[in-house]
Amino acid sequence: MKILILIGNVPDTTTKVKFNADRTAFDASGVQWIINPWDELALTRAMELKETSGGAVEAVVVANVGRAETEATLRKALAIGADKAIRIDADPKEAGYVASQLATIAAGYDLIMAGIEAADYNGNAVGGMLAEMLGMNSVSAVSGIQIENGQLKINREIDGGSQVVGLPMPLVAIVQKGIAKEPRIPAMRGIMMARSKPLEVVQPIDAAPMTNMVTFEMPPAKAACKMIAEDQAKDLIHLLRDEAKVL
Amino acid sequence: MNFEFTEEQLMIQQAARDYAQRELIKDVIERDYKAEYPAHHVKALAELGFMGMLVSPEYDGGGMDTVSYVLAMEELSKVDSSLGVIVSVNNSLVCYGLEKFGSPSQKEKYLRPLARGEKIGAFLLSEPEAGSDATSQKTTAEDKGDYYLVNGTKNWITNAHSGSTYLVIAQTHPQKKHHGINALIVDKNTPGISLGPHEDKMGMRSSDTHSVMFTDVKVPKENRIGEDGFGFKFAMQTLEAGRIGIASQALGIASGAMERSIAYARERKTFGKFLYEHQSVAFTLAEMAVKIENARNLCIKAAWLKDQGKPYGVASAMAKQYAADIAMQVTTDAVQIHGGYGYVKEYHVERLMREAKLTQIYEGTSEIQKIVISRDLFR
Repeated sequence: MKILILIGNVPDTTTKVKFNADRTAFDASGVQWIINPWDELALTRAMELKETSGGAVEAVVVANVGRAETEATLRKALAIGADKAIRIDADPKEAGYVASQLATIAAGYDLIMAGIEAADYNGNAVGGMLAEMLGMNSVSAVSGIQIENGQLKINREIDGGSQVVGLPMPLVAIVQKGIAKEPRIPAMRGIMMARSKPLEVVQPIDAAPMTNMVTFEMPPAKAACKMIAEDQAKDLIHLLRDEAKVL
Repeated sequence: MNFEFTEEQLMIQQAARDYAQRELIKDVIERDYKAEYPAHHVKALAELGFMGMLVSPEYDGGGMDTVSYVLAMEELSKVDSSLGVIVSVNNSLVCYGLEKFGSPSQKEKYLRPLARGEKIGAFLLSEPEAGSDATSQKTTAEDKGDYYLVNGTKNWITNAHSGSTYLVIAQTHPQKKHHGINALIVDKNTPGISLGPHEDKMGMRSSDTHSVMFTDVKVPKENRIGEDGFGFKFAMQTLEAGRIGIASQALGIASGAMERSIAYARERKTFGKFLYEHQSVAFTLAEMAVKIENARNLCIKAAWLKDQGKPYGVASAMAKQYAADIAMQVTTDAVQIHGGYGYVKEYHVERLMREAKLTQIYEGTSEIQKIVISRDLFR
């Protein structure tokens, strides 16, 4: 069994977000890049499955669409324990384009894991699109994966509860919080070995973007918070009705 | 000249930061209060490779350079410098001393488990009457033919209880003064060794510090490090490396206090303005930043010299003296910025201030570092 993890190279979650002058693109100057946190959890779960599967999981491969500067992120994934990395040498313009590129290298895997969303544009689209392009089944909102008798046992979060489904492979699993407890911290040995593991660079195919970014808006600054003493409910009513005008 | 860190160095820094900010932070206040040894964290850090990160992979170590070690020590010590000193003593005193000066069979037997973090080491130099003046060792290692008979008392020993491999400095030929001193590898379970009570320290309370008493302890001759009389040189050279660890620990204490002060200055308002909008606070933070940058550069320079195989004794003395002294200043200022909140445990800075004090005292006081530095000026 082979597992593929889709890796997004995203700004550190503490980044102060800025845009270029005409607000059509994110200003990446001075930004520190990390593995998309949901993808890092997916990778962590893949490593756990490999370690506990008694040899059933032969390889865990990570892939992204990005330029050479994203290789540090892929090498971190190799340090965490992935066996191989694939980088498709293109700018990750938008979800449809990224999924089209990933479809060229994603055949032959039994389980493909994608984070439910990316910490940059929150697209929530690549995993589903990729499954469609490959003609594979996909399941979303996955919060747990086990391998049982050659089948996948999957936990899904659904409205008001959770669901356990058994699914044959191959499958695209779009994973969310809960898939692994916490992202794995790479050990020294993994960090040392990362550079000696294969990192394959693949040329992109021609693929037309499906969407076009028009403009970005920053959310309005949060207004100051007014604290009201617990025994002053009347003041709260007054503020909500007369000042905020929501009542 | 290149001030950039390598990808691996940054990854190690991040790994240490992730562990410290995610795990050490959870129980650091409680462990400090109860003076509780962080056994579970030591085990986890051993699994990640931090306990023997400087040791060659040939002996099951992480094979990392000293620059990475500085970055890791800073991140761990920002949150928990008790853990920092446990890592430092194991890595840069015990493992370093054994790897550099031990025989192949000593390394095979003792270094391997230390590098894996399965065993923890302690460095036994200080005595009730020989702290900074390490030449006047009262502990004796009498030559009995095929073994040494060790008698005496060692003081302020980090990892004395948690550790099981001791490097003991003792006098064999008193007439030769410091040329008669030997360094011996001693298993803590050897009959005749007993521990004094856990020292109730002001700071770094979750690292275990004890005195260790030796009464007719038999140590096989094969456990002597180097030639007869090499012990003082061994201790001094090993301490040169150890200083980089403690300097980085002091750096971490200072930068941890600054990070907390910046966060506090961003959220706390007085007189209608955020603290950082008051010039006196902003300037204090600016001064902290300069001191910390200087300390970090000194630590990195000493580490770089060591990695290049160049002499680094004076550089590590400068790093240790400066980082320790500014850690005391920065943490004191951090408490002041926090005001009353700085004086209670919840905000961490009072603990960092207590911890900073020790970095000016142990592994060579600031005054001893100045002796090393000034002697070099008049060589």
